[in-house]
Amino acid sequence: MATLEIRDLHVSVGQGADGAKEILRGVDLTVRSGETHAIMGPNGSGKSTLAYAIAGHPKYEVTAGSVTLDGEDVLAMSVDERARAGLFLAMQYPVEVPGVSVSNFLRSAVTAVRGEAPKLREFSKEMRQAMQNLSIDPAFAQRSLNEGFSGGEKKRHEILQLEMLQPKIAVLDETDSGLDVDALKVVSEGINRFGSSGDAGVLLITHYTRILRYVKPDFVHVFADGRIVEAGGPELAEVLENEGYEKYTKAGASL
Amino acid sequence: MGLQTGTPVSSLHARSSYKVGDFEVPTGREEEWRFTPLRRLRGLHNGTAAEGGKVVVEVDAAPEVTVETVGRDDERVGSAYVPADRVSAQAWESFDRATVVTVPKEAVASAPTVLRLRGEDASGAAYGHTTVVVEPFAVATVVLSHRGSATYADNVEFIVGDGASLSVISLQEWDDDSVHVSHQHARLGRDARFTGHNVSLGGDLVRISPSVVYTGPGGDAELYGVYFADGGQHLEHRLLVDHAVPHCRSRVDYRGALQDQDAHAVWIGDVLIRAEAEGTDTYELNRNLVLTDGTRVDSVPNLEILTGEVVGAGHASTSGRLDDEHLFYLQSRGVPRDEARRMVVRGFLGQLIDKIEVAEVRDKVAEAIEAELEQEAHE
Repeated sequence: MATLEIRDLHVSVGQGADGAKEILRGVDLTVRSGETHAIMGPNGSGKSTLAYAIAGHPKYEVTAGSVTLDGEDVLAMSVDERARAGLFLAMQYPVEVPGVSVSNFLRSAVTAVRGEAPKLREFSKEMRQAMQNLSIDPAFAQRSLNEGFSGGEKKRHEILQLEMLQPKIAVLDETDSGLDVDALKVVSEGINRFGSSGDAGVLLITHYTRILRYVKPDFVHVFADGRIVEAGGPELAEVLENEGYEKYTKAGASL
Repeated sequence: MGLQTGTPVSSLHARSSYKVGDFEVPTGREEEWRFTPLRRLRGLHNGTAAEGGKVVVEVDAAPEVTVETVGRDDERVGSAYVPADRVSAQAWESFDRATVVTVPKEAVASAPTVLRLRGEDASGAAYGHTTVVVEPFAVATVVLSHRGSATYADNVEFIVGDGASLSVISLQEWDDDSVHVSHQHARLGRDARFTGHNVSLGGDLVRISPSVVYTGPGGDAELYGVYFADGGQHLEHRLLVDHAVPHCRSRVDYRGALQDQDAHAVWIGDVLIRAEAEGTDTYELNRNLVLTDGTRVDSVPNLEILTGEVVGAGHASTSGRLDDEHLFYLQSRGVPRDEARRMVVRGFLGQLIDKIEVAEVRDKVAEAIEAELEQEAHE
């Protein structure tokens, strides 16, 4: 049983002559094992900033608030410590790393997160099975990480990592964007396999309601202008589907 | 012999001569010397080098290949290459014995032929000459392994006959006190294929000048290089590909990493496509990964095209720090920062190391890179 608690989180980006710009302006959110939360909001509302701030990207500076995982101060941890503590970020734009093969990378990551190197044969078997579950051609194991992958292939590999690393809490940043329906189904099945393990929490960040037909959220939060402006159950997604974000962006502008 | 007559067709094709006296003593202002710290050449460039250095050559040849040690008068020696700068001419005038490697016509060498050049004394200069003749339709791999302590200037000729194929791996793994200035010239016949790997890791100053000239159509040259410059090290690679005939291909990819104070890497990539070289297909690339402050990279690609009828002609050069996004991505999967740095550098250089055809050498180079990474300094 794990709990990610975000309290009054303020995050800025940039510095120097232009000054830092505040993107997150007081986010409160609690994600527990077994829960799936969807964060929805218009472009530029700060959804991705929330994801990167949780993961510890150096570009984003936390100016106030706290993030804890089972009471441990996440903000005091380095990026890799956060991952080893049980946080995972599936990125909207996975990075290409030339010359580092998928299998080598996965083995290094699995070794780091589990605290010991898996036996080569068992690891290979596990990787093959995980790839098969996501309809990934086994030949990808020897390719450079994300290099020359299509958008859909990159997203499948993010979910591959998710399934192999088995974090406590996974933050999925627009994993659905750029996917065709078939790929969306495959990716959603992966997320559901992960979520159904019972002791995993999912924070699904998305612009569209489409993925919520396949991944059922327990909670839906509307994000606008750097904070959560409305929260509800799955029914809120349907309201957004019909009405869009207009009323939130107008509200944000009038603040 | 003597100075070659005729006007140079381009700035990339200056004069050449077997005589030291035909070259002015470099001052360091010349284009071809401006990146090289002349003080550290120990007089190889100006005739003041101490005598008495020693580089021992041991050969482990494939059964199909003959290796001879010959005198200066052997007509094969110097038949393909005329020295192009003063140090090269000094080496030509000064060597006593040359090594000639011959791969007979249509022979396919069943194993690599390894030349081990071991420096035994860096306090005096040593000079060498190596000529590799691959007769028509023969196939061979030659490894030049440079180790030990030396102040060494040499010329290496690769004569690749019609339809023949030669792969060369030159390893510069000298001790810290060594200076090595070398020209490696490949002359390719019709439909000949040449692959050259330079791996420069050790030595105080290493300056290698690989060049390729084609004498018939269909020639194909791939030149790869991997280097890792540590504090105070000067590693310089100066390439010249001379497309003098139609329908030849060249690819150049040199990659290096630099770390610690005064690590200096120089890469010059000159490609000349002469007016008659229609149908040329060439691309050259140099990439440098700067791991710490205090290092210096000079990377100068230079493409001179005298005909518009080419298949492709391009070049690129990039030098930069480790990409923060790469590190963030790997770290976000739990990989500690130091390990992430090693993975990225290993991957960056590994793409070229993987191209080395001899598994044994490939593994050794990979190990040597690991060792360089182990002693990696802090950011």
